[in-house]
Formats: sequence, structure tokens, C-alpha cells
Amino acid sequence: MFANLLGRLNLDALPHDPITGFGALSVVGAFVGILLLITVTKRWKWLWKEWLTSVDPKKIGIMYIILALAMLLRGGADALLMRMQQASAASAGGIVDANHFQQIFSAHGTIMIFFVAMGLLFGLINLIVPLQIGARDVAFPMLNALSFWLFFAGLALINTSLVIGEFSIAGWLAYPPLSGIAYSPGTGVDYWIWSLQIAGLGSLLSAVNFMTTIITMRAPGMSLMKMPLFTWTSLGSMAMVAFAFPILTVTLALLALDRTLGMHFFTADGGGNAMMYVNLIWAWGHPEVYILILPAFGIFSEVVATFSRKRLFGYVSMVGATAAIVVLSFIVWLHHFFTMGAGAAVNAFFGIMTMIIAIPTGVKIFNWLFTMYRGRIRFTTPMLWFLGFVVIFTIGGMAGVLMSIPPVDFQVHNSLFLVAHFHMMIIGGVLFGFFAGLTYWFPKIFGFRLNERLGTYAFWCWISGFLLAFMPLYALGLMGATRRLDHYDASLGWQPLFVVAAVGVLVIGLGVFFQVLQLAYSIYKRKAYRDTTGDPWGGRTLEWSTPSPAPEYNFAHIPSVSTRDAFWEQKSAKRSVSTEIFEAIHVPKNTSAPIGIAFFGFIACFAIIWHIWWLAAVGFVGAIALFIIRSMQSDTERAISARQVAAIEKRSREVTV
Amino acid sequence: MSQISHDAASQNRSMVGFWIYLMTDCMLFAALFATYAVMRNATDGGPGGAALFDLPYVLVETMILLTSSLTAGLVLLARQAQNRKAVLSWLAVTGVLGVAFLVMELHEFWLLVHEGYSWTTNGFLSSYFTLVGTHGLHITVGLFWLLVLFAQIMRKGLTSSSNKRLVLFATFWHFLDVIWIFIFSIVYLWSGRL
Repeated sequence: MFANLLGRLNLDALPHDPITGFGALSVVGAFVGILLLITVTKRWKWLWKEWLTSVDPKKIGIMYIILALAMLLRGGADALLMRMQQASAASAGGIVDANHFQQIFSAHGTIMIFFVAMGLLFGLINLIVPLQIGARDVAFPMLNALSFWLFFAGLALINTSLVIGEFSIAGWLAYPPLSGIAYSPGTGVDYWIWSLQIAGLGSLLSAVNFMTTIITMRAPGMSLMKMPLFTWTSLGSMAMVAFAFPILTVTLALLALDRTLGMHFFTADGGGNAMMYVNLIWAWGHPEVYILILPAFGIFSEVVATFSRKRLFGYVSMVGATAAIVVLSFIVWLHHFFTMGAGAAVNAFFGIMTMIIAIPTGVKIFNWLFTMYRGRIRFTTPMLWFLGFVVIFTIGGMAGVLMSIPPVDFQVHNSLFLVAHFHMMIIGGVLFGFFAGLTYWFPKIFGFRLNERLGTYAFWCWISGFLLAFMPLYALGLMGATRRLDHYDASLGWQPLFVVAAVGVLVIGLGVFFQVLQLAYSIYKRKAYRDTTGDPWGGRTLEWSTPSPAPEYNFAHIPSVSTRDAFWEQKSAKRSVSTEIFEAIHVPKNTSAPIGIAFFGFIACFAIIWHIWWLAAVGFVGAIALFIIRSMQSDTERAISARQVAAIEKRSREVTV
Repeated sequence: MSQISHDAASQNRSMVGFWIYLMTDCMLFAALFATYAVMRNATDGGPGGAALFDLPYVLVETMILLTSSLTAGLVLLARQAQNRKAVLSWLAVTGVLGVAFLVMELHEFWLLVHEGYSWTTNGFLSSYFTLVGTHGLHITVGLFWLLVLFAQIMRKGLTSSSNKRLVLFATFWHFLDVIWIFIFSIVYLWSGRL
């Protein structure tokens, strides 16, 4: 009876060997440590009132970024382990066995894409988009908080797998039939499915929210073609989330139905079709790549214009290129599996589409370079990240165009050549972009700048480490090394290059060390680094027109816009917007519904993974009941009186002078 | 901002947001339709749709759902006239028709499973049950929504909040109708036995 109550959960689920034991201990240790710290410093009430129940997109953005950076360390540790394994696994066994190695590379990819890149993406959009369009909030503040907490539930679930159960061994996209119940009977794939399902639901809600925000809440006068580029690319990215993520939802659901209810979508028997899965997952997966890179493109557009003290070159073509990428990204997915055998005509179509999508990307690169041309360039750290990006992204992009030719792809498919290519796009493109954005907007978010010198050290370590770690992989790939090898024969002569790559990861680790140091040192020196102007870089867009850090309501007066680069024009015209007359501002009240709904969602997913059906019902009903109760509440706003607004504005201006 | 323009702006946002949500739901069904189209012949030696589906029965089902869409439209007309009683009555009729549709669908599922053609039988039936079942799940969600709306209007009358939600609900219900027309065409009519 008792055994039935717990489904397939029993003591065997706890880790039994040293490596997973260490992983489990570090997760539990970190968790208990954080709880203790909060209890000892008596911060529970503060945390609940100021953060956990907050619906302020700026606070939600900060929480996204903190979690994403923590996950970056976790995924980075996985990467380090993989490099150590491959550097030491010529004939000898290396440091982990094959099963663990598979769990590590599966976790690395999953965590880096879904919880690092997506977390940073939504964090920055939350922080910056409302400010850039001159809005006080997002369209649906409660849903926005819910999106964050669903993301958190997914993240919690995937880290739970370290302690209770196991992680998937089927790679970051869990291809069947390996991920089917016949070959992966454990809970690993189920953890993968449900943590992505719940986090993906959050992403979908975010997309609806930010599309609505950008479409309906722009400041008066800001027509679409006057929007800042980061807002444009965010709109493009969110539109792609809205169209691509439902496909992921379906794909994951079908795999779950196969595994849990014995259906035959992707099984080897019963008329199942594993190739259908590969098509579906990449119909989501390829847009996903551009979902991540477009906002990074937007960040670079802001950074280059600001630090070249010039208008962005080719604004209209930038917008056009963004729109072209949004459309084209949905018709290139098959290039991920040219070798599947779809036939020459189909392969040729997707190969050509893949080459065509490189054109708008090239347009963007040239626009940035022309923006710099004859600009007054300041080599700040965001600008360094941009320059590093141009180099790496161009190399990686050329490799991509090479692989878009199906016959070439047959040679390098699933090799380390491919691994080198997509890391160049995702680290050199997405991650460098988000680093640039974080440094650039840090003063706006926290009210003080980051130390530039340590940031420069971090950049140089990152880029040199990156090239050391990934250039050898191109060579290894051409020499025949496939991805995901836990060992290889010494006579192949690959080991020296693997050792170089491992050294590269250590250099990147040094870069991460400098970033942590930069953050700690800047917090320590925050008084000296205070941004008293609200506009530390000589910015061009509206987010720089408010004080730093931005007040809860963003703008005391909703700005009115007549040109692109609205704030720059305002400054040039020496137009002062501030008046002494304030009005009351309505902001949404805090609510505990989002964290509650996500909590029940987490319970439901955990229960499904372990086949504890009664608990799944509890979680499901609880989440829905909370949602209905919340929808019945009518008194969800509070007013900040005109006098309070005046006081807040006066305080920020006193600091300013 | 005055209260009226505040409400209008919020209503506008809800409409835009809801339409975007419907587009995401459309993509969800698109993926399921694509899967069905690929799997419809994956019967693993068993009978296909032509032998299993009872078209006249499904036609009745379809007519019931189409009628419920009409009554959902009548809810909106009553809302326009701010006639609370008529709103509640047409909501009730819509609900009853929705339940009738759902019962017929579940009965059809039950018969199939009873005859030994369940979702575990083959890829074709997996995709059939999943596609049609997902639509049924949406109808179920819609019925719960209807119930909540009904209770809200019973208790508080036609407030600005319930007025807004009635429009969203009717939009959702019509959307499910459109999806059903695609299911009727692609799943049932395409199976080729009239």
C-alpha cells in the first residue's frame, strides 16, 4: 500500500556513487546554506515582500539573471568535466564512466540553453523593454511573475534530479528511440521532459505578455519604426517564441505520452516514427537559436551606437533583417539532419534556405561596422564584448554556411566541427551579447557601474580561452572526432588537441573568476561607482532618461516621442521634460498567486515523474484553484500618491546634483 | 488617466494578448495535425480510420458544437444589451451543448477502446486520440471557464471585468469551433468513408 502511494519512488532513488553523491551534496548544501543564511539574517519577511511576491518587472528581471548566472556556473562545471574527460580519455578510462559522461553532456546542453540563455534573455527583456518603450509596466504583471516562477519550477526540477533519481542520458534533445521507455526506463528522461515543459509554459506566457506590451504600451509618438533596436529584436524574438514553443510543448507531450501511457508516436514498434520527433523538435529548435540571438543583436545595436556616438547605421535595414530572420528561421530546420535521408530535393531546398538566412545576419554585421566607421569610439567593456563577438561570430557563421551544403554536412555531421560551430554562435553570439548587455545596463538596474579594468581582464580571458577551447575542435572534427565521445584510441593522435581545448576551458574559468571578482569589487566600491546622472554612457534611448536605479513606476511622466533615439534628441534639443507637477500612479499590488501556482505545478510535475498519481492530482487541482481564486480578485492595484512620487523624484534628483 | 480610458486600455491589452495566445494555441494544434497527417497510415497492420469512424455520429457531434458557437454569439448580443438574465440563459445553453458534445466524444472514445482500439494499439490511434483529445481538453477548460463566469455574473452582475471576460470566452469558444471543423475535415472526412 505504502509503496503504491509513492509510485516508483524509493530509497534507490538517492545517489549511490561518489560523483553523483558529490553533485547531490553540493545542491542540497547550497539549498540548505541559502535557507540558513536567510533565517540567520532574519530576511524571510523582507524576501517575501520585496522579491518573491513582487510583480515589478525590474525585480523579476534581476531574479531571472541571478538564477541564470548560478546555472551558468553549474553548466560550466559540466563543461569542465567533459573537457577533462576527453583530454584524459585516450585509451585510458578518463575520470568518469560512460553513463555519467552521458548524463553530464545531456545536463550541460539542457541547462545552458533552457536555464542560462533563456534566463538571461527574459531577465534582460524584463529589465529593459518597458523602460525603452516609455512604459510603467508590462501588459499582464501577474502573468509575468507567473512566467518567472514557472521558469524557477523547471530549474528546481532539473536540479532535484541530481539528488532524487538521475539525469537523462539521451542528450540535450532526447532523440527517441533512446529516450523512449524501452531504452531509458529510469526517471532521467521524465525529469528532462517535465522541467522543460513547465519552464517552456513560462516562456510561452512571457512571449504573449511582451508582444502585447510592445504592441499596446509604447509611449505616445513611438511608432513601430521609432522603436529602439533592442525592443525590435525582442519583439521578433517573442513572436518566434509564440510560434515555436507550442511545437516544443507538443513534442515533449507526445514523448511523455509514449513513455507514460504506452503510446506509439516515436517507438520502434507499433507504427511509431522516430524521425517525426526529430522533425518536430527541430521545428522548434532552429527558431530557438534565433530566439536567443536576436535580442543579443539588439543589445549590440544599442551598444555600438552609444559607444560610437553615432546614430545606428541602416536602422530600416536592421529592422528588415530582423523580420527576415524571424520568417526564415522557420524554414531551415531540416539542416540539422541532412543525413536522415529526406532526398536530394528536400536537402537542396533547406540547404539554400540556410545560405539565404546568412544574408540578413551579414547585413547586420556590416551595419554595425558602418556605425563604427568615423564614430568616436570608446573601448568600454560592452564594446569589447561586441568586437569579440564580430570576430567569433563571423568565423562560426562561415563554418555554418559551409555546413549548409548537404554533401559537406554528410562529412561533418555530428562531429566536433559542428560542436565548434554552434558554440561559436551561442557563446560568441548569445552569451557575449548578454554580457555586453549586462555591463551596459548594470548602472540602470543597480545604480552603480561595474569596474572596467576587471571587466577588461575578464573579456581577454574569455576570448583567448574561447579560441583555445574551440578552434581545435574544428580540426578534430575534420579529423573524424564525433561529438559525445567518452573515450577514443590514443593512436588517432587526437589527444594533444583535446588537451589544448581543456586548457582553453581553464582560461575561460579564469575569465569567470574575474567576472565574479568584478561584481564583488564593484559592490564593495558601489559608493564611488554610483551613477548619479541616470545616463552614465551618453545613452540614446528612453531608459537613460530616468534616474538610476529606475523607480518602481519607471517614469514619473510618460515621455512623448517624436524621433528615433528619443532621449538623444531630447538632450540635443536641451528640452527638459521634468516638471514639478506630479500625479498619482497606479501600480499592481504584490501577489503570492504566481509563486503558489508554480509551487503546485512543481509538485504535479515531480509526481508525474515518479508516477505518484494522487499527488499529481493535488498539484494540478491546487494550481488551477489558485488561478481561479486569483482571477476572482478585483482589488489588485495600489496607488502611489502624487506627493510620494514627488518625494521619490526629489530624492533621486538630489543624488543627481 | 481617467477610470474609463484606464479600463479601455486594459480591455484592449486583454484582447491583443488573448489573440496572441490563440495564435500559440493554433500552432499547438498545427503540430498535432501535422503529426496526425504523418501517422494516419501507421496502423501497424490494424484497421484505419475508414473502418473505425462512425461519420453520421460525428456529424451530430459537429452540429451540436456549431450550435453552441451560435449560442455563444447570442451571449455577446445579450451582453451588448446588458441583459443579465439573457446572458445567463445563453451561457447555460452553451454549457449544456458543450457538455453534450463532450459526452458524445467520450462515448466514441469508450466504444473504440472497448472494441480493442485504444491509444496503445498503434501510431495512428495514438495520434488520433491525442489530437481529438486535446480539443476535448480545451472544451473541458472552456466549460470550467464558463462555470466560473456564470458564478461571477450570478454574484456580482455584469461588471466591467465580466463584460471583458465574456468577450474573451466567446472568442475562445469560436476558436475551438474552427479547430473542430479542421478535425472533422482532416480526421474524419479524410478517412474516406461517407
